[in-house]
Amino acid sequence: MTRYVLRRAGQGVFVLWAAFTVAFFVLYLLPSDPAALIASGGGEVSQVDPAQLAALRAEYGLDRPILVQYGDALLSALRGDFGASYVSGASATSTVAQALPETLKLTGAALVVAVLGGTAVAVASVFPRARFLRQALSAVPPLGVALPTFFVGLVLLQWFSFRVPVFPAIGNEGAISLVLPTITLAVPAGAQLAQILSRSLRGTLGEPYVETAWAKGASRTRVHLAHALRNAAIPAFTVLGVMEGGLLGGAVVTETVFSRQGLGRLTVQSVNQQDVPVVLAVVVFSALVFVVVSLVVDLVYPLLDPRIQVRAETRPSRSRRAGAVTA
Amino acid sequence: MTLQTLSRPATEAAPASVPAPARGGRPRRAARVARHLVRRPGLLLAVAVLLLVAAWAVLPQAFTAQDPLGGVPADRLQPPSGAHWFGTDHLGRDVYARVVHGASLTLRTTALAVVVGLVVGSLLGLLAGFLRGWVDDVIGRLVDVLLAIPSILLSLAIITALGFGPVKVAIAVGIGSVATFARVMRAEVLRVSTSVYVEAARASGLRWPAVLGRHVLPNSSGPVLALVALDFGTAVLAVSALSFLGYGTPPPAPEWGALVSGGRDYLATAWWLTTLPGLVIVAVVLAANRVSRALEKTGEDQ
Repeated sequence: MTRYVLRRAGQGVFVLWAAFTVAFFVLYLLPSDPAALIASGGGEVSQVDPAQLAALRAEYGLDRPILVQYGDALLSALRGDFGASYVSGASATSTVAQALPETLKLTGAALVVAVLGGTAVAVASVFPRARFLRQALSAVPPLGVALPTFFVGLVLLQWFSFRVPVFPAIGNEGAISLVLPTITLAVPAGAQLAQILSRSLRGTLGEPYVETAWAKGASRTRVHLAHALRNAAIPAFTVLGVMEGGLLGGAVVTETVFSRQGLGRLTVQSVNQQDVPVVLAVVVFSALVFVVVSLVVDLVYPLLDPRIQVRAETRPSRSRRAGAVTA
Repeated sequence: MTLQTLSRPATEAAPASVPAPARGGRPRRAARVARHLVRRPGLLLAVAVLLLVAAWAVLPQAFTAQDPLGGVPADRLQPPSGAHWFGTDHLGRDVYARVVHGASLTLRTTALAVVVGLVVGSLLGLLAGFLRGWVDDVIGRLVDVLLAIPSILLSLAIITALGFGPVKVAIAVGIGSVATFARVMRAEVLRVSTSVYVEAARASGLRWPAVLGRHVLPNSSGPVLALVALDFGTAVLAVSALSFLGYGTPPPAPEWGALVSGGRDYLATAWWLTTLPGLVIVAVVLAANRVSRALEKTGEDQ
């Protein structure tokens, strides 16, 4: 077990390093001139004095070979330093760390709503006796997946902030301001989960042990919830890590729609101002959240399903990519 | 066991799993597709939606006589009516005309994004599945990492470096979908290249490039095609989200995401400005997903 945990943690560190590397080379190798960006301070890139540009390049170390810059940036990043924002001059790490809690609150709430809602929809799409009802409910998750986040947010605002003023339209004040953004963010994630779960449920309901449960006279509710759902749910929850990542991405649009402060808004501002260090820090932090959530899921997973054995001891090498956990 | 008996499955098995055997002739195939569609009204509707939107993109003038850019100030903020199907905006511009004319902008960006994802992703998947060994390992790890970064953040990082504009948005969105294409392509190449008829083709002396072109690519195209349709829907969402955030064609160009964003200031008074263009996006994505499901199913049936 210890070896399994260590290896999963090692994989997490690798993903973080690689995310940093990919983001670094995307941001620093593509044709743009960071020095001109710094000189313009986030405004329009206009004619800047060449001598001033050269001085800035020297100051930020941008005149060195790219690999030297990369090595330097990686060492600093390991110490938690992603450089200074081109715009404000503040540390990119602390800028991101300040914005992160609000967004984690939002995505955490959305994750809970998505899991509960997604599970409810998935169960509802297999439970009813009437065929047309099952078919109608099965159409809900594909619809949810097709809804653009910004569209959901604006329609909710329209109905529940303007027509019927129940919730505030903007801001971070109090739990009530969290309701509409949470729903907005939870719709695509919940729909995705519902799709996976209802497919898994349909498979499970055809299995012999469910047949046995029916034969023993278990009620419809008991067969669906106690027998089928318990087994169907476990594989569906392996996607939680990817889902949390998706929620962080969705926060970019959601926070813009609802004018909330947070990581998403910070991202939009930094992209608008081409604030490279902050964007780099945002990407690495979201990869970190993904890694942590995936790690927790992987560690809890064998506890939930006793059939699953951690294979680290029996099969040391060849299971790397497939993930170490197999049913 | 001679080479001749071995090579037989190559000629027999390959056409069987190619989606459309050419021997049946075009009319019969068309009739079969038509019958298939009539029995599935949802799929028929999805295809109709996609065709309509494609027609908007190619020939917008045929669908609306109104000017998408110049408005009539006297007609500002009118609700939907017979004269203005989708109402008018704050400058008196016809929203339906703007949606129709915006189709070419949004769909062109989306199509380019899909092509970028398809070409780069398939190439990576092909290399990984075909060369195996360390190339497979390196590409596999790269794909894992691309999947770990939320695709919109990856797109935004690319936009930070490249700047704004429709082509840059297309590249950013396309790179965001490279990982999925690479995965599916690799799996398909592995499946096909271990099959008996490929082995037979190799054994009968066909060179690798020919095996690739004649057997591997045609037989792995089914799932990739379904993924193209699916990715088209996802790309419409991503492109319109980035255009909503203001990274696409600058205003007054009627890109769909920008249209929805433009209605934000009139949420309380003019619902049609956000709702109707938004519903058009939803319809296109739903249609693309439906077609993708159908393609996936045909692949499985065969």
